[in-house]
Amino acid sequence: MTTDETAADAPAAPDKDKPDDQDSFLSHFLHNLWSANTVTVTVLSIVLALVIGAILIIVSDPKVLDTFSYFTARPADALNASWTVVSNAYADLFKGAIVDPAAVTAWADGSGTWRQVFFPISETLTYAAPLVFTGLSVALAFRGGLFNIGGQGQAVIGTVCAALAGFLLPLPPVVHLLAALCAGLLGGALWGFVPGILKARTGAHEVIVTIMLNYTANLFLGWLILQKGIQASGRSDAISEPVDSSAQLPAIGGELRVNVGILLAVLATAGVAWLLNRSAFGFELRAVGANPAAARTAGIGVGRTYTLLMVVAGGLAGLGGATQVLGTAHALTTQVAGTIGFDGLLVALLGRNRPWGTLLAALLFGALRAGGNRMQSFSSISLELVTVLQALIVIFIAAPALVKAIFHLRAARSARLGASMAKGW
Amino acid sequence: MANDHIDLTVEPGEVHALLGENGAGKSTLMNQLYGLLQPDEGEVLVDGEARTFRSPRDAIAAGIGMVHQHFMLVPVFTVAENIALGAEKTRAGFLDRRRARREVIDVSQRYGLPVDPDALVENLPVGAQQRVEIVKALTRDVDLLILDEPTAVLTPQETEELLTVMRGLCDAGKSIVFITHKLKEVKQIADRITVIRRGRTVGTASPETPEDELAALMVGRAVSLEVTKATAAPGREVLKISGLIVDDDRGIRAVDSVDLVVRAGEVLGIAGVQGNGQTELVEAVMGLREPLAGSITVDNEDLTSMTTKQILRSGIGYVPEDRSLDGVVKEFSVAENLVLDQYDRPPYGNAFRLNPAAVSTAAREWVEQFDIRTSSPDSPVSTLSGGNQQKVVVAREMSRPLRLFIAAQPTRGVDVGSIEFIHGRIVHERDVGTAVLVVSSELDEVVGLADRIAVMYRGRILAIVSPDTPREEIGLLMAGITDQPAAPAGDDAEGAGDDAEGDGVAEKGTK
Repeated sequence: MTTDETAADAPAAPDKDKPDDQDSFLSHFLHNLWSANTVTVTVLSIVLALVIGAILIIVSDPKVLDTFSYFTARPADALNASWTVVSNAYADLFKGAIVDPAAVTAWADGSGTWRQVFFPISETLTYAAPLVFTGLSVALAFRGGLFNIGGQGQAVIGTVCAALAGFLLPLPPVVHLLAALCAGLLGGALWGFVPGILKARTGAHEVIVTIMLNYTANLFLGWLILQKGIQASGRSDAISEPVDSSAQLPAIGGELRVNVGILLAVLATAGVAWLLNRSAFGFELRAVGANPAAARTAGIGVGRTYTLLMVVAGGLAGLGGATQVLGTAHALTTQVAGTIGFDGLLVALLGRNRPWGTLLAALLFGALRAGGNRMQSFSSISLELVTVLQALIVIFIAAPALVKAIFHLRAARSARLGASMAKGW
Repeated sequence: MANDHIDLTVEPGEVHALLGENGAGKSTLMNQLYGLLQPDEGEVLVDGEARTFRSPRDAIAAGIGMVHQHFMLVPVFTVAENIALGAEKTRAGFLDRRRARREVIDVSQRYGLPVDPDALVENLPVGAQQRVEIVKALTRDVDLLILDEPTAVLTPQETEELLTVMRGLCDAGKSIVFITHKLKEVKQIADRITVIRRGRTVGTASPETPEDELAALMVGRAVSLEVTKATAAPGREVLKISGLIVDDDRGIRAVDSVDLVVRAGEVLGIAGVQGNGQTELVEAVMGLREPLAGSITVDNEDLTSMTTKQILRSGIGYVPEDRSLDGVVKEFSVAENLVLDQYDRPPYGNAFRLNPAAVSTAAREWVEQFDIRTSSPDSPVSTLSGGNQQKVVVAREMSRPLRLFIAAQPTRGVDVGSIEFIHGRIVHERDVGTAVLVVSSELDEVVGLADRIAVMYRGRILAIVSPDTPREEIGLLMAGITDQPAAPAGDDAEGAGDDAEGDGVAEKGTK
């Protein structure tokens, strides 16, 4: 299961940026043990989710259930049937998300094309790109002590602004794309600015405000799409004019769907990592997030930080929306943004609110989504199972104590010991 | 490990003082006695019988009561309701308030602990709240009463009263374990003293033991309890506060037309019981609280129009009173906390980016210079002891050239060894010509550090006195009682007004 490996790297990755200078071997070891523990929990959460998913696959298949009716007489039948259906499903999940070995062989002996080999990974990256942005948006806000539920609304406004810029502005190719991306960024930033400034000035809770702005954004999109000049000419359903080709994110691999969006997402991750750990604003937002009172006492403008943070978070989610509409959808529909904003919450949680962790979590979610498509068409298992898997993973991640109890993991006692040793002198 | 093979015996009718620095393991030990923590090894004998306490309920049943450092009272309940809480008496399924009241009056008369059963707890001063806690324990028929740092929140007068009450309880046959790090009180009240250091019993002493010997036992080395300093050479007026009026968060007047001057090269100490406006006064100076009226200037620059950042940058250092809330960001490393208000200034960084190399170099230097005991400048500050966390704050605020240094409760919750160090740094800061303002509710600290003492009561400066003034006199001022009709603050009529109210005012208090 390669998906496991993707996620396993998630929490470990940010540690690589830290300079491990002159640290003693012992503290180095303890540090690794600790981070190994988060990795362990993440991997085991995914395993647990897959196990429960397997049970659901078995239970939901009538033919397999039939074999269970004579389980005591011929248990092998039931077990074989269960194994076949589960292994086929997960094999399809893998083939749809990473690579299909059959396509590789076909390409090698000349009967297939390279396109078929890279199709699954292209799908994974395509689904992952917007999630990286919305995940980063949530993760960044969270580090600053804000719970940005509004990633969805910000992404929707991002799609709207990017698409409008994409088919209304008559601009030359590269400039047009940049302008459309900027429009998406600004739209999301505006949608983030509102809860930010309200929080800073009046103390209005960002959760409530952002939830309301989600509705506002969705309804605005629904209204806008049917307006003259926006709605695609000659169409009666809710779809907008298509984005000019000059404003579309260029595909990376010719005919494959994967586009420059995923590269932007990696850049954005690097940018957010830098912002958090190396910039003055990152220092401020981390201080405000961890202890606003101490930050204020040290002269950091807490309100200003909240506002700016929501602007940046909104901008990121807006870029996610822009990636979606300029990269894959190419036109506004009422469902153009899907649930990328809400999935961003889960992605950030899975990535432990760290930039690189979020990137890897988004890749995992993208892989599950892409593999789910294949699972649905080949093994006729509902795409909803993927949603269930995602939810289960997140539930186990959110309740590490549960995972530790199930697998009898030893608590990272030695790490705590190290901390307490420094305390008493 | 917080407790390492501790032996402790408390006899009936004695006050047994448990002396130790913060983090020595006193509270851990007592929490085991009270059933809040379970020992890994060893046993508790009550009247010669081994007992295990799984919860405070078991401990109470065995006759052990505890008054915590932070009171466990419900502010919106009356005294009687608070006392009944947890052991509610019912009659036909209804709460028997009358019986609860009667019980309170009964106990408070028997042991000489005046409490009003119908008063709301939130309206009571701290001293009275503490009496409520003691009465609450006594109504549970306890034989052993554990008092965890009971005097930390009291005025000198309230402390005296408490000690009298403790004496009375012992005469009535109760035993008391008195946890503290204040040597004077220990010598005054204790029958026996057990000293704990780093989770071990390091000795049992009699109350006749000299203070410095007890301190040496606590810390493990000789410490000087007196602040040694030369006579001040006050220079120009640095901080000038005039007619300052500030409200607190609830909109109640906290600082009521205060005039103060702090000169270069002197320490002005503000003495007063917690909650008499000192916090708000300092916050107003630091730009953390908007004053309603009055002016605050430093070298004739108006501070009221500046942001906290500008104020800090203009050569003013500030050690806030609540270290864990306002002083440090616990999740941050020691190094990050050391530059918490300088992170965007060269060489540590600029408006856009940080310079981790410079931060880490500076941090290493300050950790050395301020004797901060940490495994590494990169460890989270939360792994440090209270005293070392405070040294982080002090180091941060003192490691730049200052004109004015403001320290609120600079040694609260700090061990004796670190107190000595921090006091030394404050005196040093004064000697290099910085104006220093120290706010403390510990009278000893103010008297030891200050060159002039301003006594603050209910938002006003009642008097400015010399540190040679007798303690009793300052103590009375802290309780709002002025003998002289003409208070040196210069408002005769007001001074007399306060005088007339006398003790009643002190009883109501503010918080």
